[in-house]
Amino acid sequence: MTKNLGLINSIKPRIKEIRLSLYLLGRNRLTRLSLVVVILLILIALVAPYIVPYPEHIETETNPEDKLLLPSGDYFFGTDELGRDVFSRVLYGTRISLQTALVAVGLALLIGIPLGAIAGATGGIVDEIIMRITDIFLSFPPLLLAIAIAAFLGPSLENAMLAIAVSWWPWYTRLIRGQAVSIRERQFVKAARAIGTPPMKIVFGHIVPNCIAPVIVQASMDIGGVILTIASLSFLGLGAQPPTPEWGLMVSTSRNYFLNAWWYSIFPGLAIFVTVLVFNLLGDGLREILDPKTRKI
Amino acid sequence: MSGYFEVKNLKVDFKTFEGQKNVLDIDSLALDKGETFGIVGESGAGKTVLALTILLLLSAPPAVIRSGSINLDGENLLQKTEKEMQKIRGRNISMIFQDPMSTLNPVFTVGEQIIRVFKNNKRITRKDAQKEALRMIETVKLPDAANIMAKYPHELSGGQRQRIVIAIALSCGSEFLIADEPTRNLDVTIQAGILKLVAELQKELGVTVLFIANNLGLVSAICSRVAILHEGRIVETGKVKEVLKDPRHPYTLTLLNAIPRDKGEKVNLDNIVFKDSENANEKGCRYYYRCPEKKDLCRDTEPVCRLIAGTHTVACHMAFKGGEAGGKQHTEG
Repeated sequence: MTKNLGLINSIKPRIKEIRLSLYLLGRNRLTRLSLVVVILLILIALVAPYIVPYPEHIETETNPEDKLLLPSGDYFFGTDELGRDVFSRVLYGTRISLQTALVAVGLALLIGIPLGAIAGATGGIVDEIIMRITDIFLSFPPLLLAIAIAAFLGPSLENAMLAIAVSWWPWYTRLIRGQAVSIRERQFVKAARAIGTPPMKIVFGHIVPNCIAPVIVQASMDIGGVILTIASLSFLGLGAQPPTPEWGLMVSTSRNYFLNAWWYSIFPGLAIFVTVLVFNLLGDGLREILDPKTRKI
Repeated sequence: MSGYFEVKNLKVDFKTFEGQKNVLDIDSLALDKGETFGIVGESGAGKTVLALTILLLLSAPPAVIRSGSINLDGENLLQKTEKEMQKIRGRNISMIFQDPMSTLNPVFTVGEQIIRVFKNNKRITRKDAQKEALRMIETVKLPDAANIMAKYPHELSGGQRQRIVIAIALSCGSEFLIADEPTRNLDVTIQAGILKLVAELQKELGVTVLFIANNLGLVSAICSRVAILHEGRIVETGKVKEVLKDPRHPYTLTLLNAIPRDKGEKVNLDNIVFKDSENANEKGCRYYYRCPEKKDLCRDTEPVCRLIAGTHTVACHMAFKGGEAGGKQHTEG
């Protein structure tokens, strides 16, 4: 193995890194499982429109004569109050949830990382201003802030994403700022300055790459959290609007039929549960890879 | 004689809550192009402060540059703006830092870090930068350069890392190199290797090196001239031979006597007086309380640098009274 790696190493160092990462990810059984499930979820999200048994049930079409049927060979997860296939809708919901979660977290990272890195690396008055603004955002409970913003912007999936991004970025800013402050004092930053590296290149070329690891871990765990928050917003009627097959929305509508149609709420709920769980597990696994100190080879 | 690099009348203070303290007071220090000049002093003497002052990298709140000029090729660095300094750092002056363990960015391969230096300084394609980096690693005499390129800093030994740090400093193409204790934290054989490398590169590339060390032995190995720094002041300077053969300042003598000699001779530790804040002499000679030769004159008047012979200057009152203040206990072995 070592010999083999060494050979590739001299030609392409990247291959070594990828192989090492995969090896480390695969070592922990839970991480391996979560990685497989996450990949599966992504695949489902990508091909959902083409593989669902009843694509017409995703949007407007209804089928009243088949309403609230038990799970069967025709409808794996049963049907809802309008006779739509819950299986198709849950599968398609993966696409919506992953997409919105990725966009929301991505937006939050896009705001949070540069602000935090600049605050930490510059210090002084810039740091004060950025961090006090961040504190203002942090002083609201995140879900409450998201609800307020979503309600203000008007209920839609896009606005829910925006609301979540706005209420989420301060966490990344604070996380990366704390890291940046300690990295700033490290010798290699001084050395980079000593050979004339411009300040912005130091921030984004030296400081950010050194404090990105905990942010990646946090972000991958947050994807679970954001999926949950979007589901919560949809549940409250502030996120996705019917007939969008969003998990939170499905759970919300199924409340009324819960006592005689358990499958209607259980399956979307289960989808939320599994997705949040695997992203959290994956985050844990990533932490092990990205932090060489906890890494045991 | 004069010209390439000159420090004149440089005074640097640290402003703290307890008051302002002078940490660097250098009347004159001049380097010729292409020479290797040594700065020696104990820890806390102000060696690193001097190096950082030259690059204007001292953190501004505690440090205040009170007066003076630092001339490189006729341009006063102290009058440059931060933007101009950014261009000078690297392009004209670069620095090798003390601790090779922490000077490299841990998240990039060393090859990547050298490539970046090239890409920062020149318009150059990545492929060319890669080739240059490979050549640079070969220049610092690391075998199997292609393999080293792909390694992360933590995968290299201290000596290897210091060679990479030197490669990075040289990659900028600057002609003036400040080496701030480049052999610190390295074991003796590796020290010798790094010294040899610095000496060879200095000859091959014709760079001017300001070599900072806390050990006269290291400096004598590669430098042509040396200055002894004590409490931010140059107390003795001259050609290495002059200073080693005929050390006049008692402090130089202490430094020399602190080096273990051969033939199992024990170092005499009895005469070493450590510095502490209580016996700092602010008015006269800074070395007063630790000096075995002290007289009343030393307490009140600060000695100035005076020429003794050739290029050898000493800042000590006693160096002239009776000719031999130092030199008594020390015999060049």
